[in-house]
Amino acid sequence: MSGHVFHPGHAELHGITVVVETLGDALYVGRYHEETPKGLLLHDVAEHRPDGDKLTRDEFIKRTLKFGVRAEHRNFVLPTDQVRRITKLVEWEQR
Amino acid sequence: MAYDPRMVQPMRDETVRLGARELTTVADVDAALGDQHGTTLVLVNSVCGCAAGGARPALAMALKHEHKPQDVVTVFAGVDPEATARARQYFSDYAPSSPSLALFRDGEVVHFVHRHQIEGRHPLEIAKDLKAAFDKYCAPSSV
Repeated sequence: MSGHVFHPGHAELHGITVVVETLGDALYVGRYHEETPKGLLLHDVAEHRPDGDKLTRDEFIKRTLKFGVRAEHRNFVLPTDQVRRITKLVEWEQR
Repeated sequence: MAYDPRMVQPMRDETVRLGARELTTVADVDAALGDQHGTTLVLVNSVCGCAAGGARPALAMALKHEHKPQDVVTVFAGVDPEATARARQYFSDYAPSSPSLALFRDGEVVHFVHRHQIEGRHPLEIAKDLKAAFDKYCAPSSV
Protein backbone atom coordinates (compact mmCIF):
# COMPACT_ATOMS: atom_id res chain seq x y z
CA MET A 1 0.00 0.00 0.00
CA SER A 2 1.38 3.38 -0.89
CA GLY A 3 0.40 6.77 0.42
CA HIS A 4 -2.48 7.12 2.84
CA VAL A 5 -5.29 4.91 1.67
CA PHE A 6 -7.43 4.14 4.68
CA HIS A 7 -9.61 1.56 3.00
CA PRO A 8 -7.94 -1.78 3.69
CA GLY A 9 -8.38 -4.36 0.96
CA HIS A 10 -8.84 -1.89 -1.86
CA ALA A 11 -6.57 -1.52 -4.85
CA GLU A 12 -3.55 0.71 -4.51
CA LEU A 13 -5.15 3.34 -6.75
CA HIS A 14 -8.49 3.31 -4.92
CA GLY A 15 -9.61 6.89 -4.32
CA ILE A 16 -6.90 8.37 -6.52
CA THR A 17 -7.68 10.63 -9.47
CA VAL A 18 -6.19 9.00 -12.53
CA VAL A 19 -5.77 9.62 -16.22
CA VAL A 20 -6.84 6.63 -18.28
CA GLU A 21 -5.47 6.54 -21.80
CA THR A 22 -7.31 4.15 -24.06
CA LEU A 23 -6.38 2.21 -27.18
CA GLY A 24 -8.65 4.60 -29.07
CA ASP A 25 -8.72 8.41 -29.09
CA ALA A 26 -10.67 8.85 -25.87
CA LEU A 27 -9.05 9.80 -22.60
CA TYR A 28 -10.71 9.80 -19.20
CA VAL A 29 -9.89 11.53 -15.93
CA GLY A 30 -11.64 10.28 -12.84
CA ARG A 31 -11.35 8.76 -9.43
CA TYR A 32 -10.29 5.12 -9.52
CA HIS A 33 -12.61 2.87 -7.55
CA GLU A 34 -11.88 -0.71 -8.55
CA GLU A 35 -11.53 -3.16 -11.36
CA THR A 36 -14.75 -5.14 -11.79
CA PRO A 37 -15.58 -8.05 -14.10
CA LYS A 38 -17.13 -5.49 -16.46
CA GLY A 39 -14.11 -3.24 -16.44
CA LEU A 40 -12.53 -0.36 -14.64
CA LEU A 41 -14.95 1.53 -12.39
CA LEU A 42 -14.25 5.25 -12.09
CA HIS A 43 -16.18 7.99 -10.29
CA ASP A 44 -16.68 11.64 -11.28
CA VAL A 45 -15.22 11.26 -14.73
CA ALA A 46 -14.32 13.88 -17.33
CA GLU A 47 -13.91 12.68 -20.87
CA HIS A 48 -11.81 13.98 -23.73
CA ARG A 49 -12.49 12.98 -27.32
CA PRO A 50 -10.52 14.81 -29.98
CA ASP A 51 -13.47 14.78 -32.39
CA GLY A 52 -15.87 16.31 -29.86
CA ASP A 53 -13.72 18.60 -27.76
CA LYS A 54 -12.41 22.02 -28.70
CA LEU A 55 -9.33 21.46 -26.57
CA THR A 56 -6.39 19.32 -27.54
CA ARG A 57 -5.52 16.50 -25.19
CA ASP A 58 -2.70 18.54 -23.64
CA GLU A 59 -4.94 21.57 -23.18
CA PHE A 60 -7.60 19.37 -21.61
CA ILE A 61 -5.10 17.95 -19.12
CA LYS A 62 -3.68 21.41 -18.33
CA ARG A 63 -7.15 22.80 -17.70
CA THR A 64 -7.99 19.83 -15.50
CA LEU A 65 -4.81 20.27 -13.47
CA LYS A 66 -5.54 23.94 -12.90
CA PHE A 67 -9.32 23.96 -12.44
CA GLY A 68 -10.11 20.38 -11.43
CA VAL A 69 -12.08 17.55 -12.96
CA ARG A 70 -15.25 18.76 -14.68
CA ALA A 71 -17.13 15.51 -14.17
CA GLU A 72 -19.55 14.42 -16.88
CA HIS A 73 -20.17 10.93 -15.53
CA ARG A 74 -20.86 10.16 -11.86
CA ASN A 75 -19.95 6.51 -12.41
CA PHE A 76 -18.19 5.13 -15.45
CA VAL A 77 -17.10 1.64 -16.42
CA LEU A 78 -14.42 1.27 -19.04
CA PRO A 79 -13.79 -2.25 -20.40
CA THR A 80 -10.35 -3.31 -19.28
CA ASP A 81 -9.33 -4.39 -22.77
CA GLN A 82 -9.67 -0.76 -23.93
CA VAL A 83 -7.21 0.56 -21.35
CA ARG A 84 -3.77 1.45 -22.62
CA ARG A 85 -2.30 3.15 -19.56
CA ILE A 86 -3.37 4.44 -16.14
CA THR A 87 -1.40 7.20 -14.43
CA LYS A 88 -2.08 9.46 -11.49
CA LEU A 89 -3.30 12.90 -12.57
CA VAL A 90 -0.88 14.57 -10.19
CA GLU A 91 2.03 12.99 -12.07
CA TRP A 92 1.07 15.01 -15.15
CA GLU A 93 1.97 18.21 -13.29
CA GLN A 94 5.62 17.28 -13.55
CA ARG A 95 5.50 16.66 -17.31
CA MET B 1 -25.96 11.36 0.78
CA ALA B 2 -26.20 12.50 4.38
CA TYR B 3 -23.83 10.94 6.85
CA ASP B 4 -24.60 9.90 10.38
CA PRO B 5 -23.72 12.95 12.53
CA ARG B 6 -22.10 10.67 15.10
CA MET B 7 -19.76 9.31 12.45
CA VAL B 8 -18.59 12.70 11.24
CA GLN B 9 -18.32 14.36 14.64
CA PRO B 10 -14.68 13.31 15.18
CA MET B 11 -13.81 14.84 11.78
CA ARG B 12 -15.59 18.05 12.74
CA ASP B 13 -13.79 18.09 16.06
CA GLU B 14 -10.44 17.58 14.34
CA THR B 15 -10.91 20.60 12.08
CA VAL B 16 -12.05 22.82 14.93
CA ARG B 17 -9.10 21.68 17.03
CA LEU B 18 -6.66 22.68 14.33
CA GLY B 19 -8.13 26.17 14.31
CA ALA B 20 -10.80 26.25 11.61
CA ARG B 21 -14.17 27.89 12.12
CA GLU B 22 -17.05 25.72 10.98
CA LEU B 23 -19.52 27.21 8.52
CA THR B 24 -22.68 25.15 8.56
CA THR B 25 -25.22 27.48 6.96
CA VAL B 26 -25.44 29.72 3.91
CA ALA B 27 -25.53 32.72 6.24
CA ASP B 28 -22.32 31.55 7.93
CA VAL B 29 -20.62 31.26 4.55
CA ASP B 30 -21.75 34.66 3.35
CA ALA B 31 -20.64 36.26 6.60
CA ALA B 32 -17.18 34.71 6.26
CA LEU B 33 -16.60 35.03 2.52
CA GLY B 34 -18.93 37.81 1.43
CA ASP B 35 -16.83 40.86 2.10
CA GLN B 36 -13.30 39.70 2.63
CA HIS B 37 -10.26 41.67 3.57
CA GLY B 38 -6.94 40.00 4.19
CA THR B 39 -6.38 36.28 3.79
CA THR B 40 -8.85 33.47 4.34
CA LEU B 41 -8.38 29.76 3.85
CA VAL B 42 -11.39 27.56 3.15
CA LEU B 43 -11.16 23.84 3.76
CA VAL B 44 -13.81 21.78 2.02
CA ASN B 45 -13.78 18.88 4.43
CA SER B 46 -14.71 15.35 3.45
CA VAL B 47 -15.38 12.02 5.08
CA CYS B 48 -13.20 10.35 2.46
CA GLY B 49 -10.35 8.75 4.34
CA CYS B 50 -8.29 8.37 1.16
CA ALA B 51 -7.78 12.10 0.95
CA ALA B 52 -9.28 13.97 3.88
CA GLY B 53 -7.37 11.69 6.23
CA GLY B 54 -4.26 13.38 4.83
CA ALA B 55 -5.66 16.88 4.37
CA ARG B 56 -6.59 17.56 7.98
CA PRO B 57 -3.22 16.62 9.51
CA ALA B 58 -1.51 18.54 6.72
CA LEU B 59 -3.52 21.64 7.49
CA ALA B 60 -2.78 21.27 11.18
CA MET B 61 0.95 21.25 10.40
CA ALA B 62 0.73 24.13 7.95
CA LEU B 63 -1.13 26.30 10.44
CA LYS B 64 1.84 26.10 12.79
CA HIS B 65 3.92 27.85 10.14
CA GLU B 66 5.22 31.38 10.67
CA HIS B 67 2.96 32.77 7.97
CA LYS B 68 -0.62 31.67 7.76
CA PRO B 69 -4.03 32.99 6.72
CA GLN B 70 -5.75 35.45 9.01
CA ASP B 71 -8.92 33.40 8.97
CA VAL B 72 -9.43 29.66 8.48
CA VAL B 73 -12.91 28.32 7.86
CA THR B 74 -14.36 25.00 6.83
CA VAL B 75 -17.44 23.56 5.22
CA PHE B 76 -18.20 19.86 5.26
CA ALA B 77 -19.08 18.29 1.90
CA GLY B 78 -21.72 15.59 2.18
CA VAL B 79 -22.65 16.77 5.65
CA ASP B 80 -23.63 20.42 5.25
CA PRO B 81 -24.59 20.47 1.57
CA GLU B 82 -26.13 23.94 1.46
CA ALA B 83 -23.16 25.61 3.12
CA THR B 84 -20.77 23.68 0.90
CA ALA B 85 -22.64 24.61 -2.27
CA ARG B 86 -22.63 28.25 -1.21
CA ALA B 87 -18.92 28.23 -0.45
CA ARG B 88 -18.22 26.72 -3.85
CA GLN B 89 -19.98 29.65 -5.47
CA TYR B 90 -17.13 31.81 -4.18
CA PHE B 91 -14.61 29.70 -6.14
CA SER B 92 -16.82 28.57 -8.99
CA ASP B 93 -14.01 28.62 -11.55
CA TYR B 94 -12.77 25.47 -9.85
CA ALA B 95 -14.52 22.14 -10.25
CA PRO B 96 -16.03 20.83 -7.03
CA SER B 97 -13.92 18.30 -5.21
CA SER B 98 -13.48 17.30 -1.64
CA PRO B 99 -11.35 17.62 0.22
CA SER B 100 -9.98 20.78 -1.31
CA LEU B 101 -8.61 24.10 -0.09
CA ALA B 102 -9.06 27.61 -1.42
CA LEU B 103 -6.85 30.46 -0.29
CA PHE B 104 -8.33 33.93 -0.72
CA ARG B 105 -6.64 37.27 -0.49
CA ASP B 106 -8.94 40.29 -0.40
CA GLY B 107 -11.73 38.19 -1.83
CA GLU B 108 -9.78 36.71 -4.71
CA VAL B 109 -8.73 33.08 -4.97
CA VAL B 110 -4.94 33.14 -5.14
CA HIS B 111 -4.22 29.47 -4.54
CA PHE B 112 -6.27 26.31 -4.86
CA VAL B 113 -5.49 22.77 -3.78
CA HIS B 114 -7.56 20.13 -5.52
CA ARG B 115 -8.34 16.71 -4.21
CA HIS B 116 -5.97 15.19 -6.76
CA GLN B 117 -3.14 17.16 -5.13
CA ILE B 118 -4.00 15.68 -1.73
CA GLU B 119 -4.94 12.05 -2.24
CA GLY B 120 -2.20 9.48 -1.80
CA ARG B 121 0.31 12.04 -0.57
CA HIS B 122 1.87 12.18 2.85
CA PRO B 123 0.53 15.01 5.05
CA LEU B 124 4.08 16.39 5.31
CA GLU B 125 4.20 16.87 1.54
CA ILE B 126 0.79 18.55 1.45
CA ALA B 127 1.77 20.77 4.37
CA LYS B 128 4.98 21.78 2.59
CA ASP B 129 2.98 22.99 -0.41
CA LEU B 130 0.54 24.85 1.83
CA LYS B 131 3.37 26.57 3.70
CA ALA B 132 4.85 27.69 0.38
CA ALA B 133 1.49 29.21 -0.55
CA PHE B 134 1.25 30.89 2.88
CA ASP B 135 4.73 32.35 2.42
CA LYS B 136 3.75 33.66 -0.99
CA TYR B 137 0.36 35.11 -0.12
CA CYS B 138 0.11 35.52 3.66
CA ALA B 139 3.49 36.98 4.65
CA PRO B 140 3.31 40.71 5.48
CA SER B 141 5.76 41.48 2.67
CA SER B 142 3.46 39.79 0.14
CA VAL B 143 0.60 42.22 0.66
